Amino acid sequence: MTQTMNPVLLSVLRGRLEQIADEMDATLFRAAFNPIIAEAHDASHGFYAPHTGDTLVQGKSGLPVFVGAMAFAVRAVIDYTKKHGAAQRGDVFIFNDPYEGGTHLNDFKLVQPVFHNDRLFCYMASVAHWHDVGGNVPGNYNPSATESFQEGIRIPVVKLVEAGVFRQDIMDILSANSRLPLSVYGDLNGQRAALSLGDMRMADLIDRYGAPTIQAAFDELRTRAAQQMRAHIAALPDGVYTVEDFLDNDGISDTPLKIRVSIEISGENLTLDFAGTAPACAGPVNISRATTQASIYVALKHIFRDVAANAGVLDPVTIKIPDTSLLNAHAPRPVGGYTETILRVIDVIFVALSKAAPEKSNGCAYGTINALSIAGRKPDGSRWVMFSFFGGGHGGNPVGDGLSHGNAPISMATIPPVEILESRYPVIFNQWGLRTDSGGPGAHRGGLGAIYEMEVLDEAEGFLFGERGKYPPPGVVGGQPGSRNVFQYENRQGQMTTPEMVSKMTGMDLKTGARVRLESPGGGGYGDPMTRDPVAVLNDVKAGFVSLAAARTHYGVAIDDNNEIDRTTTKILRSGAQN
Amino acid sequence: MQDIQPHILVGIDVGGTFTDVFVIDQDTGKASVHKVPSTRGKEADGFFHGLGNGAPDLRAVAAVIHGTTVGTNALLERKGARAGLITTSGFRDILEMRRRDRPTTWGLWGQYEPVIPRSMSRQVEGRILSDGREHVPFDEVGFCAAVDDLIEAGAQSVGVVFINAFANDDHENRARQLLNARWPNAHISISSELLPEIREYERASTTVLNAYLQPPVGDYLATLENRLAENNFGGEFLIVQSNGGLMRAQEAARTPVKTALSGPAAGVYASAYLARGSGFDNIITCDMGGTSFDISLVSDGEAALAAQASVDFGLVIRSPMIEITTIGAGGGSIACVDAGGIIQIGPESAGSVPGPVCYGQGNQRPTVTDANVVLGRINSDSPIGGKLESLDTDAARTAIMDEIGTPLGLDVMQAAEAIIDVANARMAGAIRLVSIERGHDPRSFAAMPFGGGGALHCCALVREINFAGALVPRFPGVVSALGCVIADMRHDFVRTVQEPVSTSDLDQLAVNIAAFEAEGRARLAQSKAQFIDIRTQISLDMLYAGQTHSVIVTLDSALATKLDRNAIKKTFETAYHQAYGQILDAVEPIIVNLRLAVIGERPKFDLSLLAPGDNLTKEDALYGYRSVVFEGKTLNAAIYDRLALPVGAVVSGPAVLEQPDATCWIEPGFLAKVDTIGNLVVTAQTTTGEAP
Repeated sequence: MTQTMNPVLLSVLRGRLEQIADEMDATLFRAAFNPIIAEAHDASHGFYAPHTGDTLVQGKSGLPVFVGAMAFAVRAVIDYTKKHGAAQRGDVFIFNDPYEGGTHLNDFKLVQPVFHNDRLFCYMASVAHWHDVGGNVPGNYNPSATESFQEGIRIPVVKLVEAGVFRQDIMDILSANSRLPLSVYGDLNGQRAALSLGDMRMADLIDRYGAPTIQAAFDELRTRAAQQMRAHIAALPDGVYTVEDFLDNDGISDTPLKIRVSIEISGENLTLDFAGTAPACAGPVNISRATTQASIYVALKHIFRDVAANAGVLDPVTIKIPDTSLLNAHAPRPVGGYTETILRVIDVIFVALSKAAPEKSNGCAYGTINALSIAGRKPDGSRWVMFSFFGGGHGGNPVGDGLSHGNAPISMATIPPVEILESRYPVIFNQWGLRTDSGGPGAHRGGLGAIYEMEVLDEAEGFLFGERGKYPPPGVVGGQPGSRNVFQYENRQGQMTTPEMVSKMTGMDLKTGARVRLESPGGGGYGDPMTRDPVAVLNDVKAGFVSLAAARTHYGVAIDDNNEIDRTTTKILRSGAQN
Repeated sequence: MQDIQPHILVGIDVGGTFTDVFVIDQDTGKASVHKVPSTRGKEADGFFHGLGNGAPDLRAVAAVIHGTTVGTNALLERKGARAGLITTSGFRDILEMRRRDRPTTWGLWGQYEPVIPRSMSRQVEGRILSDGREHVPFDEVGFCAAVDDLIEAGAQSVGVVFINAFANDDHENRARQLLNARWPNAHISISSELLPEIREYERASTTVLNAYLQPPVGDYLATLENRLAENNFGGEFLIVQSNGGLMRAQEAARTPVKTALSGPAAGVYASAYLARGSGFDNIITCDMGGTSFDISLVSDGEAALAAQASVDFGLVIRSPMIEITTIGAGGGSIACVDAGGIIQIGPESAGSVPGPVCYGQGNQRPTVTDANVVLGRINSDSPIGGKLESLDTDAARTAIMDEIGTPLGLDVMQAAEAIIDVANARMAGAIRLVSIERGHDPRSFAAMPFGGGGALHCCALVREINFAGALVPRFPGVVSALGCVIADMRHDFVRTVQEPVSTSDLDQLAVNIAAFEAEGRARLAQSKAQFIDIRTQISLDMLYAGQTHSVIVTLDSALATKLDRNAIKKTFETAYHQAYGQILDAVEPIIVNLRLAVIGERPKFDLSLLAPGDNLTKEDALYGYRSVVFEGKTLNAAIYDRLALPVGAVVSGPAVLEQPDATCWIEPGFLAKVDTIGNLVVTAQTTTGEAP
């Protein structure tokens, strides 16, 4: 038996520590210039171990996918200090190298050491999505990039502040490489303000409780998170659960890319082995090892949501990623479409774990970020860019149907209102509604995807980075998949056309009045649709979530002309399905 | 009939557990408070029970001012009307689309149930562009067919929301005319009348929630009005809005969505007023009720207003309201040990029914109140509110031992203190976050606990946060009812402008300002209430082109009467600099919205009326002594009758101050002093002991 800390003090300290990280988040959200941070909260803060970079404490309001990646960012800084000399009081490191710190070039990591009595006590980190970091495409979602150089500027670990002295030269380099230098300046200062606040609050906490007590709390919280994860894993039946799924293509050639995971549960240990996953590819759907690990963390946290957010979550988890796979990309492989691959990694984990723990799982969510930009020139010649991510359905789950039109599992971002989009850009939306029959059939149906159809009111050019155009979001526990992503645009000849790469395209040529239509996927279903309560099916038909035909084919429910369940036919349909 | 000059004001706050009444006699200066159990589902009964206790003769009452939760409860329990929605073709799912969000960060099991099901949603042709031009004409025939269809489907109320109606309300105005002609009915909600502001989801949600609430809130208020009239009431019947201001009951029936935070808003308003009376301009109110702990920030004497709030996932109300942050740490919040061995408080709550274990009504899981009872801080022989005879301390001890003590190897007192410590830490954390988000250092504020339980935790909050001190109002349990009596009348207006400052049509802006002001003053004139002053607050929501977060730019009266581009720009820059520490010279400022509030200031009564009477002595107020456990030690705490303490009395901890509606626990090392208006100023003794 290890010694345990006074549980009351531990509960209090856990709250205080998470609180500091939350306050850091709040400071940045308030000070940031760009709406991706200020509105969509695409940022995160936390505290990390001084020698390993392991996550000690993470805030509750930050972006989910960063939570798992930030330990790698701190580790990159630790590696830097090993080569170039130890961190000093007043240093702040900065970088955006996705191969070291995970995710993509827009995410700038600031890392600052926390000292106590002249000894390194821990690190703090702040990561946030900057609006524009150069590259070929404004906003940096470039579906035809074949090297990271086309995606933006890459900054290795450097000191932004050296022993308290701010390096203007670094700032100048960053500003010179963005289309929106003012935004870069504002966001960077917001991140520095968050770190200063964190430093101050941690010093107060150490003053009050003493460094050894805080250290003991860090250790204890990790131990307990690991214990809790072990307990969760031990409750699952031992076995090997293998699942594969595919990305449509890499945007360069239309070849499916396999994502494969074997999850082995053995006692209280869990191994994820990605052997069999496609090798690194030419287009931007590669991700670095750090990003893959972050995705695993997000998937596990969605399933085991009561476990504290620290490195202990992954203590009982072994991760095997083949070095040559697209889940372990090295420079300069393009990684700008990292969101799509992360979402697919999360999906295969959901499906694999549904086999071991159906009561904790859910059907897959819509599985694509659908980054769509429409761009053109204003009458004065200046450029306009409408850039947005679109939503889709969440999976059916043990307690109910999936949420319609939700956000991606890796983010909490919201979509701008139609009226804001129409007031800022020359577009008009003809449709902004739910997509009938898109939710995966199941005892608990997947949530519905959406149909967005707009018309451009001026000459424009379009870019799309999407997925799930060929492989729909799977259901679990007998549930069926949701609908595929369908994208169409009106070409010069007035015909609705689908891109060659299905859901990815650069340089769509749109004439005035041309229509652009996106039908996003629904979520996967949960459980056998033939067991869905016929009354629920009838209600879905009445509401128009499910068509009459689908009620019959997918659910085996016949509805008569009076809008009532035809019990006899339903019985026949359902018994037939079981044979 | 005898002629009585009405001279009594009655504030009635109907909460989930208690109906609180505050009565002030303007002639004699006498104030009294009354507390009766609420009658859930039949709120009017509790209302009249309380009113009868406070003011038996309604002929003497000049005004009844009501804080209500009928609207809030109808939303939370989904007991509103069967309502229909008519919207623009292509946008039938305007509610279900929301802003593409989800209820929780972790876990993907959330659901959203709109208050109007999709089967009650209709769409009609007609399209306005964002600049107000008509793109497709309004299909009147189709609209009438949709109305008939909804009536046929059993609609009791209808909401109309057309895209870009904020920019041009012609189609919605026509819809209103057609509806009035076709279906004469009080229950019609038109988006551009309610909220002519850009952002279709927020406008649609506000409009349909209004439609959903019109029948139940309207019926409730009509019942009250009728029964008041039957009892010879001839005064003014007013309702507290979520912004802390009052409106006439008829207006509340028309716009019930503005009453969603009625009661809590009155409490914050009263706190700000009472704190000013005690010389505190910066306070953080901490309202601890049965299920939640609500925090609001009052800075420079003014409660912070939020532009919108969500009552539940996706139930967005966009209307100015007192900003209230809620965490699930109330007296009834349940304590447990999670799988990781960590003590958690809430969000699960025993509420008021069955309530804490000590209520003996069936709950077996320990709550924060149970811990306070076991530690001796709450008097088990005379529970507040008068609903129960006594509290079952033994049952509370058993539950605390079973759920917390045994799993963690603690004795019962340690376990009870652990529950309190963790609850305090959660409250303190939420307070810090609220102040940081508003850009304030909590250490320059005082805590103002109210509600029945807040004052039990005030010393701990002062310790945790380094507050300057705590201010416990004289009647902590009926602050919302007091707020009803002192609140001003207020009408808010908004209109989206969406123009750069350099090219904005200032003449049109001036016309809008004049129209809103005239409308606001006309509404005040309809009321029988007296005003000592009528003020207008005018502000613009502004931002730099490309941004999404706007700052509030208040126009002083000189600028508002003579609008000037440069002066507006300068005022914006000052506000922006204050918020973000810089100005962006190269970017064009945009005027997003015009906001205007007309405030009718009501006569204030003398707060010293609330002060303790003469001839009181501290010695007489001392009931005796009781054992209270604190930091592992059993202390002999003095027990006082709070209301019998004279002005200037100083009580040093450990002490418990009891009164019918609340309990205040003064820790060792703290002093509590009764000030001239009867509020209790709690501070740490200057020679504080060592930190724990």
